[in-house]
Amino acid sequence: MSNATIDQKPVVPEEIKSFTVTLIVRRFNPEVDEEPHWQDFDVQLYPTDRVLDALHKIKWEQDGSLTFRRSCAHGICGSDAMRINGRNRLACKTLMKDLDVTKPIYVEAIKGLPLEKDLIVDMEPFFASFKEVQPFLMNSVTPVKGKERIQTVAQRARFDDTTKCILCAACTSSCPVFWTDGQYFGPAAIVNAHRFIFDSRDENAAVRLDILNDKEGVWRCRTTFNCTDACPRGIQVTQAIAEVKQAIMRGKA
Amino acid sequence: MTSTIDAPRSPYTRSTKKSSINWEKWGWIYMRVSGVVLVVLIFGHLFVNLMIGEGVSALNFAFVAGKLTNPFWMVWDVIMLWLALIHGGNGMRTLVNDYATSRISRGILKVAILVSVVSLITLGTLVVFTFDPCPAGAPADLVASFCKTL
Ligand code: HEM
Ligand code: SF4
Ligand code: FES
Repeated sequence: MSNATIDQKPVVPEEIKSFTVTLIVRRFNPEVDEEPHWQDFDVQLYPTDRVLDALHKIKWEQDGSLTFRRSCAHGICGSDAMRINGRNRLACKTLMKDLDVTKPIYVEAIKGLPLEKDLIVDMEPFFASFKEVQPFLMNSVTPVKGKERIQTVAQRARFDDTTKCILCAACTSSCPVFWTDGQYFGPAAIVNAHRFIFDSRDENAAVRLDILNDKEGVWRCRTTFNCTDACPRGIQVTQAIAEVKQAIMRGKA
Repeated sequence: MTSTIDAPRSPYTRSTKKSSINWEKWGWIYMRVSGVVLVVLIFGHLFVNLMIGEGVSALNFAFVAGKLTNPFWMVWDVIMLWLALIHGGNGMRTLVNDYATSRISRGILKVAILVSVVSLITLGTLVVFTFDPCPAGAPADLVASFCKTL
């Protein structure tokens, strides 16, 4: 056994080749541009690189004026949702190997929110809808022994899916109903309402159901499933909206 | 309902006036309920008219006139008429709410939808219940040939 290894060639790891990728980015500088315009960049990348790495390479090596948000770079903070090849994705979670790099990759800001610069939109209307559903625990009773509020595993599981939201706005800005006039609460606000409506420790489900039983509330949802496709956390967004509709019809969570 | 926060909707309220009946909710429910019934009514209608017996070649004035003398088909057709027109009208209202941007264009389009739905329902219902293929005393050359045999 020990002799056999002598003749073997040393194991050289297979070389991972880099390739040139063309990114076409929708640029907008409010100080000089009347209208947004597309600009292309060639970047040398590895299959394990992400769209965020490509944007970094452009910003650091080619054009320092390219503007985008990012913070954690690991799918946690929710700051870099953008429209990549026509689909809302987090730039930090979209790998080159999952894209067709023989064609240019189109990158633009998410739609439906006011464009501020390049890939940055004004998120305030999005957060305003989020605030409106009162996304915080409301309970008037002091917890038992001044400690925690006990919940069974099943009670916790009931709303587990919607606790995962990172408020990236990928869902809301992929919704064609939101695009029409921006008045619809949007999937993200409903997801975050769902998280408290179905929480057994919360007492104010009825208030949130009333808020969403609005002209611009859940009834504007047309079950397009764009939001579910867009969510980087894999939340079943459309199902959460449907569960809120059911709860409104039942009159309770 | 225990409210730990006063006047929950006051800071960001979207619609200032809120009527006691929630029309959006009932509109949403109506679309689904009428949709389920319409599947039966529309496909039953198409099946009977186009597939049974001689199929589409059997369709003529006499065929329709015959169906409209049968109380079963009168009721079927009237339910289908009301459900489909209100369903279609409400669906179009949704689209107007989505895409008409100014208050004026919204108003005009919604009134137009309402007027067409109401007039089509009225006309259709009138036809189904008052239709007479062979009005008494009408000249023979103006009515269907089968009237002679009645
Ligand atoms: C075959 C039976 C039918 C079924 C099952 C059905 C079902 C539905 C449902 C569930 C919706 C609501 C969609 C949503 O809000 O997401 C809808 C919308 C609509 N329906 Fe029907 N429908 C039927 C027949 C019809 C007919 C005969 C008409 C025309 C008179 C019509 C016109 C519309 C319109 C204009 C909309 C609005 C479209 C939209 O909201 O995007 N439907 N239908
Ligand atoms: S539900 Fe998903 S897509 Fe929507 S804001 Fe939350 S994490 Fe982003
Ligand atoms: S940079 Fe934080 S989610 Fe992508």
